[in-house]
Amino acid sequence: MKVLYFAWFRDRIGLAEEEINLDASGDQTVRDFIGDLVARGEGYSIAFEDMSVVHVALDMQEVDHDTLIGSASEIAFYPPFTGG
Amino acid sequence: MVRVQTEDFDPGGELEALIAGRTDVGASVSFVGHMRARNEDRDVETMTLEHYPGMAEKVLGELEAEAHRRWPLQASTIIHRVGPLKPGDRIVLVITASAHRQAAFEAAEFLMDWLKTKAPFWKKESGPTGDSWVSSRSADENAAQRWTASPKSK
Repeated sequence: MKVLYFAWFRDRIGLAEEEINLDASGDQTVRDFIGDLVARGEGYSIAFEDMSVVHVALDMQEVDHDTLIGSASEIAFYPPFTGG
Repeated sequence: MVRVQTEDFDPGGELEALIAGRTDVGASVSFVGHMRARNEDRDVETMTLEHYPGMAEKVLGELEAEAHRRWPLQASTIIHRVGPLKPGDRIVLVITASAHRQAAFEAAEFLMDWLKTKAPFWKKESGPTGDSWVSSRSADENAAQRWTASPKSK
């Protein structure tokens, strides 16, 4: 699965995107996946420190943290939007 | 019509293009957002707009479709710039056209309110004190909440 990081997620993790293989079962939630990411290193744990500002999209559709990742091919993490 | 681009846009030209040849438009409203040199007591020299390519266009298209569901619009344009911007630069354009002004005014306001809270764009400010990502404002969230009465919305 392609994993994308935007704005300060990218700065803190130090990557714009990476490829991560998921458990084949597909029954992992976004929250479970974030737990796996946090275990990958300090940048990740800093990025996901305050879960209230962690926004997530699965295949470009915004979802909440309890959503099953299922067969999504792309997951993106980003802070609240500030465009306009 | 929805566009995300690095180049500047011409508000007058976009309005002309939108209503060219139409005789059913009685009112058009244009909103242009500009970059300020000062934000929350900080001087800003450059503002960089980042977006999620693909999702940004998709969400803007959905917001435009929602505006057309809620108001009797004849035409609309949404253009959002990305990349580095300087104070005074144009950032965003929303044009709505309708037979009567009320729909055009309301739809333009709705589009800007929802664009700010639902479209994947992020601003980073650079100035004498360094770089920082802009925080979301609760005032924007409150403005967006005003329009949630529709059965279509979450």
